[in-house]
Amino acid sequence: MIKSLEELQKIKETQLEAIRLREADQKAKIVVGMGTCGIAAGAREVMSAILDELGKRRLTNVAVTQTGCIGLCAQEPLVDVILPGKPRVTYGKVDANKARQIVAQHIVNGIVISEWVVNRGEE
Amino acid sequence: MEELALHILDLLENALAAGARHILITIEEDEGRDLVTIEVRDDGRGMGAEALQKAVDPFYTTRATRKVGLGLPLLQATAAQCGGDVFLESRPGQGTRVVATMQLSHPDLPPLGDMGATIAAALSREEPVELVYYHRRGQKEFKFSSTWLQLHLGEIPLNCGPVLDWVQRYINKGVAELYGGEGK
Repeated sequence: MIKSLEELQKIKETQLEAIRLREADQKAKIVVGMGTCGIAAGAREVMSAILDELGKRRLTNVAVTQTGCIGLCAQEPLVDVILPGKPRVTYGKVDANKARQIVAQHIVNGIVISEWVVNRGEE
Repeated sequence: MEELALHILDLLENALAAGARHILITIEEDEGRDLVTIEVRDDGRGMGAEALQKAVDPFYTTRATRKVGLGLPLLQATAAQCGGDVFLESRPGQGTRVVATMQLSHPDLPPLGDMGATIAAALSREEPVELVYYHRRGQKEFKFSSTWLQLHLGEIPLNCGPVLDWVQRYINKGVAELYGGEGK
């Protein structure tokens, strides 16, 4: 328990530092579809893998959020990535492994993994 | 659903979709009564009598994106299969309370599953929600409060990767201790 709290304190310090550094910077955003369709298809495992990957890489400038069913149930789990100033990119049939690669390639390197994309927002 | 925790996530998503600001999750495992009770209570917009009656009907939904609503029917099926039941209580403007019971020793009872990932997923949102998770198993208990966490974090939002990653590990460690394990 005490160790966990020390760890939380460290996360807090890193996070505060990041907030200071990026004052004007916009955040990247990851959205996971968390309707019943998403949950049944494995959206929670996808979310969990994304959180683990962001935690390991200490990526503090990424907001993680969720949405309900958007009517693309057959493509669930769905993950949207929105980089600052870029249109929304939606990945379909994501699993934990793909989710980790999306963090590494798209969030970190800014490279869209085209073969998994099911939809793109307007430029 | 393969885990009780996934059913719970589904209930949490219902509560959040209903605009809940406060959610209380209670799990009680009582070996003496051979009973597991799962309760999710929220202060969202609630349902009227008619909607409440239809809530476990898979062909009833309020959303426009598809014509079926499977969350509560799936929970109902799991509970019925495990010698239990689901009770719903709701009033417009006063929130909703869902209670599911199951026989603890039932061979078809799904495992509890990853409660840490469930709570972290529910907290991954921009609109603030105060969520309390209370779990009792025999004499042991575990409690997590997002309000406590937010107080501790101050200006840092909950919905960033490293914080929610900590949340899932912290909860899974606490729950593992209920089962006598050391946790991950």
